[in-house]
Amino acid sequence: MSSAPIIFSGVGKTYPMYHHFTGGIKNFLFNLPEALRSLRSSRFEALRDVSFEVAKGETLGIVGGNGAGKSTLLGLAAGVLRPTTGAVKVSGRISPLLELGAGFHRDLTGLENIMLNGVLLGLTRAEVKERLAAIVEFSELGAFIDQPLRVYSNGMVARLGFSVAAHLDPDVMLIDEVLAVGDEEFQKKCLEKMREFKRKGVTMLFVSHSMPSVKLICDRVIWIADRRVHMSGAPAEVVRAYAGEGAGL
Amino acid sequence: MRYFIDLTTVLTQKELKVRYKNSFFGYLWSIAHPLAFAAVFFVAFKVIMRVQMEDYVLFLIAGLFPWQWFSNSAGISPHIFLGNASIIKKVNFERSAGVLAAVLNETIHFAVSIPVIVFFVYYYGRGAHASWLYGIPLLMLVQFMLTCGLALAVASVNLFFRDLERIAVITVSMLFYFTPVIYSLDMVPPQYRALVNLNPLAPLMASWRSLFMYGTLDAGLVALSAVYAAAALAGGYLVYRKLVWKFAEVL
Repeated sequence: MSSAPIIFSGVGKTYPMYHHFTGGIKNFLFNLPEALRSLRSSRFEALRDVSFEVAKGETLGIVGGNGAGKSTLLGLAAGVLRPTTGAVKVSGRISPLLELGAGFHRDLTGLENIMLNGVLLGLTRAEVKERLAAIVEFSELGAFIDQPLRVYSNGMVARLGFSVAAHLDPDVMLIDEVLAVGDEEFQKKCLEKMREFKRKGVTMLFVSHSMPSVKLICDRVIWIADRRVHMSGAPAEVVRAYAGEGAGL
Repeated sequence: MRYFIDLTTVLTQKELKVRYKNSFFGYLWSIAHPLAFAAVFFVAFKVIMRVQMEDYVLFLIAGLFPWQWFSNSAGISPHIFLGNASIIKKVNFERSAGVLAAVLNETIHFAVSIPVIVFFVYYYGRGAHASWLYGIPLLMLVQFMLTCGLALAVASVNLFFRDLERIAVITVSMLFYFTPVIYSLDMVPPQYRALVNLNPLAPLMASWRSLFMYGTLDAGLVALSAVYAAAALAGGYLVYRKLVWKFAEVL
């Protein structure tokens, strides 16, 4: 058995078409036999037979077009989704780097949001308190830290979110398109922090549409297309092939 | 376990802070609603319809405050998971803490409104009862369990059947009139009295009122409430457990 922190073996994921349900009870009941039949048969397949491992300290980039299954893959790694077939094994503390503002509340101050977000992401209150000073300093928000989040700019919210995530001491970090927000300087700071994670031996899954960032930060890249691993290899190679395909379309 | 307590605490604090942050009168709002209803029912039933009942205002208040606790919790429960979609889709935290925090928040509001009930007890020339010392915590625990169970089920199922939210609103307002809050159990015609206690809220609300007004608890009613509460909690938790891993799929 491999001891890699992230192991996907033969993972498939299909979703039932929930619109029969969310279309309402009335619709569902009035077309009951039909609804039940379609519920069983009409499933949407997001991933099929995906297998890969990420070694400790390795950064794996994931590229692919919209709807290729990248977010499903991260959801499976985070443990919020269950695979339909195959198995997903992720060991250690997992920290997802959240999209802008997720898990924050607009009416709470920066400090209160740090506590809220830190605990949601898996720290105890005592652990957040220990890290509080470092998080505040890293965020560079100054006096704004005592202001409610609704007066923050998008860039400031992103900075706060990244600051919390950066201080979780995760074993596995899941990063989904976060570098798309924030100014250039903030992006540079994020990349710097991610390099620091790499030095510390944190294992990372990095989903991005930004090919320069992928080349810069990843040790290996897999390209997801048509629900499967289409290509896997060195960042430069995969990015070249992927970009070539994109240009050809 | 330590972490689950922290998670629940932080989420409860969030709810409390958010509720009071932008509200000038804060606490007063949580008692204004049941008091306003007490006034309306007093005018409708005592002044206009001349219901023969002594201390009808106190009678109403002793039932409306606990009812408010229940109906507020029921009202927010469809939104508990729905409103946290972005974080549920990304982070695998224990989702039931959100339900616990929401119900705890309403419980705190009820707890701080108890002095208002006590004020009316004294205003109508009655005194405090020693039985309150165990009776109030006991009934609070029973109602907390009942509410948590229902909220867990409603919050979970509403993600799959979004219509449930509308159904819940109608059910709660209908349930109110089938619960002895504005009338007493004795006023129900004998042939229907057994039916009233099929409503899980009925024995509980009757117990609250007799506790506040007379300092007495009917062991049978309390036991029946406790059975309903235990069943609701077990059922709600089962529903939640069965559905929780699909939350991220439907949100």
